[in-house]
Amino acid sequence: MNIRIKNGRLVDPANGADRRADVFIAQGRIAGVGECPAGFTATRTLDAAGCVVCPGLVDLSARLREPGFEYRATLESEMAAAAAGGVTSLACPPDTDPPLDEPGLVEMLKHRARLPEFAKVYPIGALTEKLEGKRLTEMAELAEAGCVAFGQANIPVVDTQVLQRAMQYASTFGFPVWLQAQDPYLARNGVAHDGEVASRLGLGGIPVVAETIALAGILHLAQATGARVHLTRISSAAGLEMVAAARAAGIQVTCDVAVHHLHLSEGDIGWFDPHARLDPPLRSLADRDALRQGLASGAIDALCSDHTPVDDDAKLVPFAEAESGATGLELLLPLTLRWAAEMELPLSTAIARVTCDPARILGIAAGTLSVGAPADVCVFDPAAQVTVSREHLRSQGKNTPFLGASLAGRVRWTLVDGVPVFG
Amino acid sequence: MSAIHPQLNARGELQHLLSLDGLPRDILTRILDLATPFTEVAEREVKKVPLLRGKSVFNLFFENSTRTRTTFEIAAKRLSADVINLNISTSSTAKGETLLDTVDNLAAMQADMFVVRHAASGAPYLIARHLAATGGDHIHVINAGDGRHAHPTQGLLDMYTIRHYKQDFENLTVAVVGDVLHSRVARSQLHALATLGVPEIRVIGPKTLLPTMVDRIAGPRGLRVFHDMREGLRDVDVVMMLRLQNERMQGALLPSPQEYFKSYGLTPEKLAMAKSDAIVMHPGPMNRGVEIDSAVADGGQAVILPQVTFGIAVRMAVMALLAGA
Repeated sequence: MNIRIKNGRLVDPANGADRRADVFIAQGRIAGVGECPAGFTATRTLDAAGCVVCPGLVDLSARLREPGFEYRATLESEMAAAAAGGVTSLACPPDTDPPLDEPGLVEMLKHRARLPEFAKVYPIGALTEKLEGKRLTEMAELAEAGCVAFGQANIPVVDTQVLQRAMQYASTFGFPVWLQAQDPYLARNGVAHDGEVASRLGLGGIPVVAETIALAGILHLAQATGARVHLTRISSAAGLEMVAAARAAGIQVTCDVAVHHLHLSEGDIGWFDPHARLDPPLRSLADRDALRQGLASGAIDALCSDHTPVDDDAKLVPFAEAESGATGLELLLPLTLRWAAEMELPLSTAIARVTCDPARILGIAAGTLSVGAPADVCVFDPAAQVTVSREHLRSQGKNTPFLGASLAGRVRWTLVDGVPVFG
Repeated sequence: MSAIHPQLNARGELQHLLSLDGLPRDILTRILDLATPFTEVAEREVKKVPLLRGKSVFNLFFENSTRTRTTFEIAAKRLSADVINLNISTSSTAKGETLLDTVDNLAAMQADMFVVRHAASGAPYLIARHLAATGGDHIHVINAGDGRHAHPTQGLLDMYTIRHYKQDFENLTVAVVGDVLHSRVARSQLHALATLGVPEIRVIGPKTLLPTMVDRIAGPRGLRVFHDMREGLRDVDVVMMLRLQNERMQGALLPSPQEYFKSYGLTPEKLAMAKSDAIVMHPGPMNRGVEIDSAVADGGQAVILPQVTFGIAVRMAVMALLAGA
């Protein structure tokens, strides 16, 4: 199928492009941009007048809940959500049940996800067996099965010697190590940022030092082992400063932030709203503002949805007993646009943080509309408003603090390898 | 996040009593005013008024507390309500029923009022939200203590006690002493003191037992934090002691009850720093020799037993107000 996307505003940050240009797609790849390639005849034309045409979004963290948590979500429901959200590539963390610590499990997931209407799935393999932080996984085997990096989701490796060896072993093969910085002792019994709101509501606090102390350990080990470390879900201004200082000192490290943490803070817990129970916790307004600024400046490399579908039963309980996480695949684009608008950033900067920047971290051929690249495309109407509702969300997870919110940015079409999967 | 506190209805009236945080001053004062005539009911030969006749009050205690449950039971019975006591920590949730399933079942039994005690902060909010969402908003929820968050009727009875002995709040210096971090009582007291305009509110305790941002608990006006008890008690009018749970010795919060008593136990010698007519309060049950010396607990400045008596009247007032009496 040859597709022509016409009349749209092309935003392709990897090529510094923000202009009116048609996009031509043939054999699943970008065949031309602006000028019609010789001999090209469109079998289908998409009229993108008033819309932005950009690379499909690359999400660094989307929990698909398979295997093990199919009552929360299935590959089918979450892939439909990805398509509706303009997401064409996604990394899934290893905290499935069982965790992604065996090649067979990874192969099965890759096989299940191989349908043409699905986004491309990049599993993050478990760094340690069962994520227990004791024994290393067969990383080389897991990489062959399709893992692009190794991590622990949000379960810390407590034994620093194991962490050091895991990083040494991963760096032997050049595998990136993804880690979330949280000291488990300082976070013990904590359910919210240890600040004004937790003090007032009587909730167990997770102090900022839980992040910075763990970060210090990871950064020292990154330097000592030479491992390529990606820090997931930075949550505090102090943590961000440490990452910036480490980079200035020449340590190879990248980091991301979850989209909720750009917009919400501890105050959004309100009167114990379990939808605002997130991991890491929503922190103070000053932290939130530092994250917004850091993402704009590039001190934070990428933005992700941290998509975590949770069933109603696990949220309709008192705040401290609720499971953490929020659905996010379908909110990533509109919330990215809202951040960019509030920060008065160029659209291309915003798009970069959810396309070419995360693709670079994953080391995958995605996030650009260069001629010859896979035709993973998102076409969206930046002015169209969407009201977030349970009915509107395709994800099986209806858990979001943004229920009822009206957000600008509606996806018109999503294409994966040149095949329209949404619209 | 809604601007209106979930315990108020659209007309700004009290629908539930969930917290003293965000409870308007006029409602708070109204409850205290309403409690005064109820103190006299207890002195009659027939200790009953018919305000809640035909109403069913369910005591839902997901966490054991004989004392608090009993005071609510007495209050409801003096208002002529039917009282059903449910000790749920040992019944249905142990069989796997969820909190909201339990609530649905009891709502179907035509309950008029739920008195809820739960170990998790915010649990009564969940119940109130659920009732509103399922058409059960004719049922009133009274928070009888949720986790570390709030114990509003205790806070109210403490305010009643202060008003009884000190008449008004505008010239007082009040100190709350002890384990504020884990105390729902302290949070309710601090909110009420701030709402009622107490000009100087102090908290006294070791850093391990004070919340990180304790100075912001009672709103933007702030309060004064002391770690030296003698200094903190200087010239106060009211001393509000908090109970120290034994399990605080675990988890490296405190070394020993003995050392705690030495630094933060209320002895006659430390009490001498306060004004000579200062009153001493305690929410009970007391740990003599841990947070309070027997000489103080049984001394002339203690108003601990009157607190219990006033507690019945205040709980009657809350129930009567919710029932629209």
